[in-house]
Amino acid sequence: MIPAILLMLGIGATCGIVLSLSSKIFYVYEDPRIAQVENNLAGANCGGCGYAGCSAAAEAIVAGKEPPSLCIVNSKDGTEAVSIIMGVDAGAAEAPLSYNLCEGGNRAADKYHYMGVSSCKAMDAIYGGHRVCTVGCIGLGDCIKACQFDALHMGADGHPVVDDAKCVGCGACEKACPKNIIQVRTLSEKLMEFNQAYDALAPCAQTCPAEINIPKYISEIKAGKYDQAVQTIRMRNPLLLACGRVCPHPCEDMCRRGIEDEPVSINQLKRFVADYEMNSGSRIPITCAPDTGKKVAVIGGGPAGLSCAYFLRRIGHQVDIFDAMPKLGGIIRYGIPEYRLPKKVLDWEIQGILDLGINAFTQVKFGQDFGLSSLVASGYHAVFMGIGAWEDYALGIEGEDLDGCYKGIDWLSKFASGQEMKLGKTAAIVGGGNSAIDCVRTLMRLGLEKVYIVYRRTRNEMPANQVEIHAAEEEGIDFVFLAAPTRVIGDDDGKVKGLEYLQMELGEPDASGRRRPVPIEGSETVLDVDMVISAISQAPDPSFKDNDSAPRMKDLEITRWNTIDNDPETLQSSIPYIFTGGDSATGPSLVVTAIGGGRRAARSIDLFLKGEPVEPVEDSLQGKNIPESIFKKVDGITPIKRAKMPEIPVSQRLDSMIEVDLVLPEDQALAEADRCLNCCRLCYNPDTEFPIAK
Amino acid sequence: MGDLFVLSISCIFINNILLAQFLGNCPFLGTSKKMETAVGMGMAVIFVLVMAGMITWIVDVYLLKALDVEFLRTVSFILVIAALVQFVEMFLKKSIPGLYAGLGIFLPLITTNCAVMGVCLINIKEEYSFIEALVSSFSYAAGFGLALILFAGVRERVILARVPKPLQDTSIGLMTAGLIALTFTVFRGMV
Repeated sequence: MIPAILLMLGIGATCGIVLSLSSKIFYVYEDPRIAQVENNLAGANCGGCGYAGCSAAAEAIVAGKEPPSLCIVNSKDGTEAVSIIMGVDAGAAEAPLSYNLCEGGNRAADKYHYMGVSSCKAMDAIYGGHRVCTVGCIGLGDCIKACQFDALHMGADGHPVVDDAKCVGCGACEKACPKNIIQVRTLSEKLMEFNQAYDALAPCAQTCPAEINIPKYISEIKAGKYDQAVQTIRMRNPLLLACGRVCPHPCEDMCRRGIEDEPVSINQLKRFVADYEMNSGSRIPITCAPDTGKKVAVIGGGPAGLSCAYFLRRIGHQVDIFDAMPKLGGIIRYGIPEYRLPKKVLDWEIQGILDLGINAFTQVKFGQDFGLSSLVASGYHAVFMGIGAWEDYALGIEGEDLDGCYKGIDWLSKFASGQEMKLGKTAAIVGGGNSAIDCVRTLMRLGLEKVYIVYRRTRNEMPANQVEIHAAEEEGIDFVFLAAPTRVIGDDDGKVKGLEYLQMELGEPDASGRRRPVPIEGSETVLDVDMVISAISQAPDPSFKDNDSAPRMKDLEITRWNTIDNDPETLQSSIPYIFTGGDSATGPSLVVTAIGGGRRAARSIDLFLKGEPVEPVEDSLQGKNIPESIFKKVDGITPIKRAKMPEIPVSQRLDSMIEVDLVLPEDQALAEADRCLNCCRLCYNPDTEFPIAK
Repeated sequence: MGDLFVLSISCIFINNILLAQFLGNCPFLGTSKKMETAVGMGMAVIFVLVMAGMITWIVDVYLLKALDVEFLRTVSFILVIAALVQFVEMFLKKSIPGLYAGLGIFLPLITTNCAVMGVCLINIKEEYSFIEALVSSFSYAAGFGLALILFAGVRERVILARVPKPLQDTSIGLMTAGLIALTFTVFRGMV
């Protein structure tokens, strides 16, 4: 007994002594701050910071490799405590959040039935999941199991729902998801996302040049969450009031309901929520990322420049806008007449963008009042050029310089800036685009007796918006189709007294698919008018290149259409720190295209400022459609009439510049939102109990 | 030499500590969900078991047998192995940080591993010499690692299979382990 007790005591003592000695001998010095920092971290061991557990993160912070704000789960107090231990400023980090990109859930049809598999990862390994949609949510909840913070739950529709209040953005769900449907992103990352070939996108959202998530904002309108709908649109388009009025909505052409019925009136719904915000009397707050300390100059305050400035500001860069005109807005202020887009509305919208902290300098022209070298010297790290296309093409016919001859955009912008205009009694406007229509409708309102549109093809080939042509017809404009002007006839005083044109007939289709007009010999006809406005498209004015004295300016490539040459994917010009978008890069195009271009340029500028290679978005759609998402036939549709746009009667229109198109009343807007099928890539909500996917 | 080779084969395959003697089942099920952790655990067991086998043999022969207190074998082995693992952990952290980074989180897990204890007791029961004890410790540990890695490979694929709900996860794991154990019976009579 005694030897046994002694032996156990002996072994115990030996072990104790050996261990205590070796803890001295093998002592590894650890910075005491590591333990202190670790005590102030969240202690979740979630790995969201990229380190293996909190102690590894604490070591990295103490070693100075990472900022005190490294822990994404940590409370504000915890982060402050860590920064006090480390003796540095906390530094603001942008909090990431988890987003579920697939809201199809149970509605996508099954490809096969296979019970017993309990994880998305396993299901994905068998032909990419059991649903016909190859990109969508599998619905077995790997993300929910991965979440340590109880921030995800399976919604009634069979797709996971994120609870923003609980989500800490650790990224565990994103790692667990085999489909990339759950993504953890910061606001900046969300703002700089572009449509990609494998995204879950409805046909309308693929087509929108600004890439707005259309089904999302319509379902938010449906739910009565107008504020959220505005926020959703503002993720992609800062000019919703303007676009809601003037956009020719290419999205509606691709609307899936339009295959069996009339398309959803998407743009009127956008205008409805945009007007709702403006009329509500208060602005919905727009959040911006913390300042990055980088400064960008935006030349041109039109749609492209405003969009680029807005997105750069929201991702944290400092932006200054320079514009040659007295007020910002560019072509949408000076080219679009008051009755389509009231200046008051535009002012309100632009003020909202400037309120984010953007400085605007007006009446300064690039190349004259300031130049590239002054921008570089003022410490701008990058330059966006959105100078628009303001140079009207000339008709190239005899008599074009007579008194009474004008050019479309030039005339419209002079009128919009309030200059005294010399008017005749009758006018002929040459061209078939929107600016030609804008000219005739403005002239009608100025009290002219007769206004003609002279176009060399027919109504079907007119590039102007259908609604605009229709409105012009209602307002009593005379259309002279198949007419090619040959000369302007003047009287003895050098004043216009007529426009001579050749009658045409349609021949073989040309490269654009439109039938080419062919002149009929000897068919010269004279139209008695005392004003001729040519509105046959415009080009950018490249004179800044020669006016600017900076030697570097010689490197800026200009195309033969006078547009600034750029990489179509990154919008970077031939000078690496100059980016360009909008009409000055594409030639005359849509407002919404310029807005999309401004955002794409903002992404490239952001990459450039961070010192990363300016590379295009991978598999970027850029308005191309995903073939499998474009249907020929849509089942389960009951035709329902589309909401008719309210407008003021013709009799009240012509004596003032009052806005013609009105906003939808709330009940009609809600009914219209109900018509939306809430489509995604393959699935949608049919009107009837059509058996897709149950 | 030949005897040692036969001993080694019998320890790895025929008397596999996991699949024939059913010792060390907790880490077998716990660390076999991922190949990565299975490999780490296997390596840590080899390292610790070789050390523990040597120390316990010395303790048994020069202390317990010498003082004729062999009834204290189990309790003294637990004490010695626990202290040894702690010591090894400290030693590695200071001297071989690379190895510590690889095995670090597995070492404390082994403190209470019955496979380690079992092998040490088998070494004594079979009255192995020091060299034999060394070979047997290494081979049993290698057998442990082999079984663990095989099992992890199977389990990584089991998640793709159609498993009825009540049998998912650990249940199917135990069944799979049983089937692997059955296949190991073919080695019986080899030596």
